Amino acid sequence: MDLFEYQAKDLFAAHGVPTLPGEVAATPEQAREIAARLGGAVVVKAQVKTGGRGKAGGVKLASTPDEAQARARDILGMDIKGHTVHRVLIATASDIETEYYVSFLLDRSNRTYLAMASVEGGMEIEQLAVERPEALAKVGIDALVGVDAAKAAEIADAAGFGPDVRDQVVAILQQLWTVFTEEDATLVEVNPLVKTPDGRVVALDGKVTLDENAGFRHPGHADLVDRDAADPLEQRAKDKDLNYVKLHGAVGIIGNGAGLVMSTLDVVAYAGEEFGGVKPANFLDIGGGASAQVMADGLEIILSDPEVKSVFVNVFGGITACDAVANGIVQALDLLAGMGEPLTKPLVVRLDGNNADEGRRILAEAAHELAELVDTMDGAARRVAELAAAN
Amino acid sequence: MAIFLTADSRILVQGITGSEGTKHARRMVASGASIVAGVTPGKGGASVDAGGGVTVPVYGSVGEAVAATGADVSVVFVPPRFAKAAVLETIDAGVPLCVVITEGIPVRDTAEFFQYAVNAGTTRLIGPNCPGLISPGKSNAGIIPGTIAGAGRIGLVSKSGTLTYQMMYELRDLGFSTAVGIGGDPIIGTTHIDCLAAFQDDSETDAIVMIGEIGGDAEERAAAYIGSHVTKPVVGYVAGFTAPEGKTMGHAGAIVSGSSGTAAAKQEALEAVGVRVGKTPSETARLLREVVASL
Repeated sequence: MDLFEYQAKDLFAAHGVPTLPGEVAATPEQAREIAARLGGAVVVKAQVKTGGRGKAGGVKLASTPDEAQARARDILGMDIKGHTVHRVLIATASDIETEYYVSFLLDRSNRTYLAMASVEGGMEIEQLAVERPEALAKVGIDALVGVDAAKAAEIADAAGFGPDVRDQVVAILQQLWTVFTEEDATLVEVNPLVKTPDGRVVALDGKVTLDENAGFRHPGHADLVDRDAADPLEQRAKDKDLNYVKLHGAVGIIGNGAGLVMSTLDVVAYAGEEFGGVKPANFLDIGGGASAQVMADGLEIILSDPEVKSVFVNVFGGITACDAVANGIVQALDLLAGMGEPLTKPLVVRLDGNNADEGRRILAEAAHELAELVDTMDGAARRVAELAAAN
Repeated sequence: MAIFLTADSRILVQGITGSEGTKHARRMVASGASIVAGVTPGKGGASVDAGGGVTVPVYGSVGEAVAATGADVSVVFVPPRFAKAAVLETIDAGVPLCVVITEGIPVRDTAEFFQYAVNAGTTRLIGPNCPGLISPGKSNAGIIPGTIAGAGRIGLVSKSGTLTYQMMYELRDLGFSTAVGIGGDPIIGTTHIDCLAAFQDDSETDAIVMIGEIGGDAEERAAAYIGSHVTKPVVGYVAGFTAPEGKTMGHAGAIVSGSSGTAAAKQEALEAVGVRVGKTPSETARLLREVVASL
């Protein structure tokens, strides 16, 4: 889960990382109040989970509370790369003498953590890594040892921080490491970290990604979820513990197992090329068990998506044999009818694996008029794409 | 031969008294695995009926189980919050192979127990968030159904459980030396490369199917390895061409970040070293058949 800047800033503050005073506002009036409370010039910053907001006009300086209100009015509601601005951060403005970059992240390739640091901050780090790789220090971290004072010094020195800021940077790196481990983050990035004219080093921006698997250790993290941004169908699916991602095609997809469902999306898109570019409408993994209730919940979400023209249920009977899966599908269609959401769109089922013959017999006997059975995944994908194109 | 898991493997199940642990211990026994012990802290002295006339003794710790039974494979079914402690215990007991089925382990815990295993140098980890591995007709350590396919000379390595089953089903007439589900988490103990190396050295494997998915660069690295080290034929499949950027697709590690981790890049890397990559699982199975027919 990616956090907003203001949420990252709160976590930084909680772990002692120096930041500038600021608060988040959802309305221009709140922006004005916060600016008045802070006193002096402020920066009004759009809170969106994407880069390049400065260039898009999402960061403005305001020298009075009135101006802060006006700038917040300009920025709230703005669309930045497809992200609508619902909140602005009002933070004390500061002159900047030098900009730096520091981050900790999960290094999948080396199966450990990585620190990255540069005394050339302020630009997109991907760009820096490509254009001036020698200016970006990368230091591997032993997951069992972590970042102590010596490691922090190693990182600071590898990046070439000068004696004027080195001690502060060494302290900040350790504080950021505490954020990284104690909050179970997979990314903590400060870009820019700045030196102010009075010589202080502070985090001027922050990007944090949290590991959702660690949620059981952090009950408070649930409050950080941005419910505004979630697609309404994704939100409903999440409330039902379904693993659903909304896409924008016409074929609703249900399958068991993440890999098989990803593959199903691809196979449908591939088959859809023949029918004018039919595409999958969603990702939905109902897990190995494929129980009737979960199947019904999943179908209910997919059928309520107005973009969906046909539905593909693609199940491999592995741990749960196909007869049980078939019974689940039949019961799910009954459950849906009982919920007042009867099947109204054509449904193609592909059932393969253990006890496939028995499973297919059960489905054939139940013979719902809108449901049809196709034996192979490729054949079923072709049929469901054809149905979507025809509807 | 087969890789990592043989007819002589002596398996212990951590979390055997839980519902998943018991269910899958029975399935493993039914598919010919030798389950010699279970471990559940605080339940030492109990036993579990694993079906087929097999009663599995339960020990309170991995150390006790290993001392009493000579177990050399551990399959971990314990819930995420206890998984790290369970794996560390297995490593401390010197068990050579630890298969972590558990899904949903915080990646910090995995990073730590992975490093711990590296430091100890005596335990191979498979997973976490994986279906385990099966050497059909010999042994089965995990949750891969033993009824899908029998023994043969194909080696399979996959990040995904259900795609493992699908591919085994497609090629059930040929059969498998070993099929390994390495898991879909950002950090995993055994990689595609580890399996490719083992299959290359395995006298009972003639050809290899490698299944990858979006996220990370494991497939690109595997491609480089194939180019320089693997002489046996390899066919590939990659899932996730239609996955949008920045969305996690079921597996914690299955995410395209910016322009990295895309299916297209992985396919390109594999094809660049001569690996034929199928557009669908069925097409991949057809490619493998062509390869086997030409051997």
